[in-house]
Amino acid sequence: MTAKSIISIRGLSNSFGDDRIHQGLELEVRRGEILGVVGGSGTGKSVLMRSIIGLQTPDEGEIDVLGENMIGRDDLEAKNIRRRWGILFQNGALFSTLTVAENVQVPIREYFPFIKPPLLDEIAGYKIAMSGLPADAGPKYPSELSGGMRKRAGLARALALDPELLFLDEPTAGLDPIGAAAFDELILNLKERLELTVFLITHDLDTLHAICDRVAVISDQKVVAVGTIDELLALDHPWIQEYFNGPRGRAASAGLNKGHGEA
Amino acid sequence: MRVNQADSPASRDSDDAGVYRMSGSLTITRAASTERELDAAPDPLKIDLSAVKKMDTVGAWLIHRAMRDRQAKVVGASPDIEKLLEQVADADHPGRVRPEQRSAPMQALDELGEWTSEAGRTLVGLLGFLGAVLIGFAAIARHPKRFRLNAVVQRFDLVGVRALGIIGLMTFLIGVVIGQQGAVQLAAFGAEVYTINLIGRLSIRELATLMTAIMVAGRSGSAFAAQLGTMKITEEIDAMRTIGVSPVEALVIPRLLAAVIMMPLLAFFAMMMSLLGGGVYVWVDLGIPPATFIQRIQEVVPLTDLYVGLIKAPVFGFIIALSGCFQGMQVEGNSEQVGMRTTAAVVQSIFLVIVLDAVFAVFFSQIGWL
Repeated sequence: MTAKSIISIRGLSNSFGDDRIHQGLELEVRRGEILGVVGGSGTGKSVLMRSIIGLQTPDEGEIDVLGENMIGRDDLEAKNIRRRWGILFQNGALFSTLTVAENVQVPIREYFPFIKPPLLDEIAGYKIAMSGLPADAGPKYPSELSGGMRKRAGLARALALDPELLFLDEPTAGLDPIGAAAFDELILNLKERLELTVFLITHDLDTLHAICDRVAVISDQKVVAVGTIDELLALDHPWIQEYFNGPRGRAASAGLNKGHGEA
Repeated sequence: MRVNQADSPASRDSDDAGVYRMSGSLTITRAASTERELDAAPDPLKIDLSAVKKMDTVGAWLIHRAMRDRQAKVVGASPDIEKLLEQVADADHPGRVRPEQRSAPMQALDELGEWTSEAGRTLVGLLGFLGAVLIGFAAIARHPKRFRLNAVVQRFDLVGVRALGIIGLMTFLIGVVIGQQGAVQLAAFGAEVYTINLIGRLSIRELATLMTAIMVAGRSGSAFAAQLGTMKITEEIDAMRTIGVSPVEALVIPRLLAAVIMMPLLAFFAMMMSLLGGGVYVWVDLGIPPATFIQRIQEVVPLTDLYVGLIKAPVFGFIIALSGCFQGMQVEGNSEQVGMRTTAAVVQSIFLVIVLDAVFAVFFSQIGWL
């Protein structure tokens, strides 16, 4: 593991019953990059993320996150590492009985019980604002928010502890194109300002083109390639070619080039 | 944020000119103590950040807050820290974080009002739901093909057959308890033989049906509410509606029918189990043989008692299923609601069952079925 890599996975294997999901999967995530993870449905992108964050115990393999081995760690030890990452689940996974502000405060309360309520409220307030939510979103319950706002609230909670590492599971799925573009920009912005490393699972080609530094392609139970989109395009892998050069892939890439031309 | 300027002798590393020096890492880990120290530092405040190695947004927020509220001057900030300070300043929009709180008496009044209107709404809603159910029955009567036999039979199994064990055990024990308590009291008058009257009439007229209703409310009424409530949250019920399937016909009516049909059967089974329990008790403890017990039961329990017990049963079943389904359909929003509504369904149905039982008791006495 090099000093620059923040996540390092070696020889990861996962299976559900007889279904083999990963076999000998290797992946390095470098500090300060946005790594996009793509792959067809059912190739185990979410399982990979769940393995890294410890929700799924792999059959074999080694996973180092922030320089610490994550496999077989007990909860107490893992807690210190968990503090240093934030996770945005696909549907936000906000606690439905708490308001948005209280959701953001949950991790802070858990790790820093001595912070006084007024300061907690202020912290929740600016985290909510940083995530691009309107000022009146704080006292609302998740059920009162739209899908896009729920994602932003989930992001605010993921950012609660100023993580070094941010996991995003399909952040733009289910958002309208304008909302998705705004969310991409938000992530890019936050990444630059807060010096985050982002592990991003997505199907959204526009997101890949717009914000990812590198893209990892999962296929055939392993990571078949990692690189910039240009590097990937140079490869002769049928799925990658199909993915980036299919009608949607071309449209996304054309849209980006056009955007660059105008700028 | 205006804080005690004169108090606390300066025991921190601030010099006489009011320069407050911070060092090391200024992060969330130190947020509570940093806040305290900053609050205690006297105005005018000058903060020296040149020795700060690491800062996160919480640290930046504390500095920003001092700058905003106390016009604190910041010196020695590195470009990275400057950037961080700018960012939290950007995110500083005055916004509410908590729902508005009102004074205690107003809140009590508020809650009373809310409670009253909620009770009214529930009553009207239940009436409306009853109407919707009756319309559903009428629709099925007109188009018998839309009747979902499979769903109903499946509910029979869940509501009826699977409840046999627990209801049988419960009422058997109740029979034993009636016999035992009755025998103890009646022994004082040398009238132990009347224990059989007590067991027979209490079991058949009142307790078997009532206890069965309570058990069905707890087992099935709650399950109805939880199932429908979850389906409401996952939008399954909306999906049904848009496909053109009426949720009342597909979900509510099978459950209602199952409860209405199963309740008298379960109640009859409960009566028999209760008699069995009582019979076993008097045989073992009082030495009355089963044949005598059965003969006495035939003599002392009028057939009208059986009618009373069995007429009440389907009505109770209807009430239980109605309030279970009604509460389930009221679920909106989040998962906590499912729990609340399930509780409400059980409480409401048991309450209504007992009220109705009292009404029935008076009614049957008045018509001469003593």
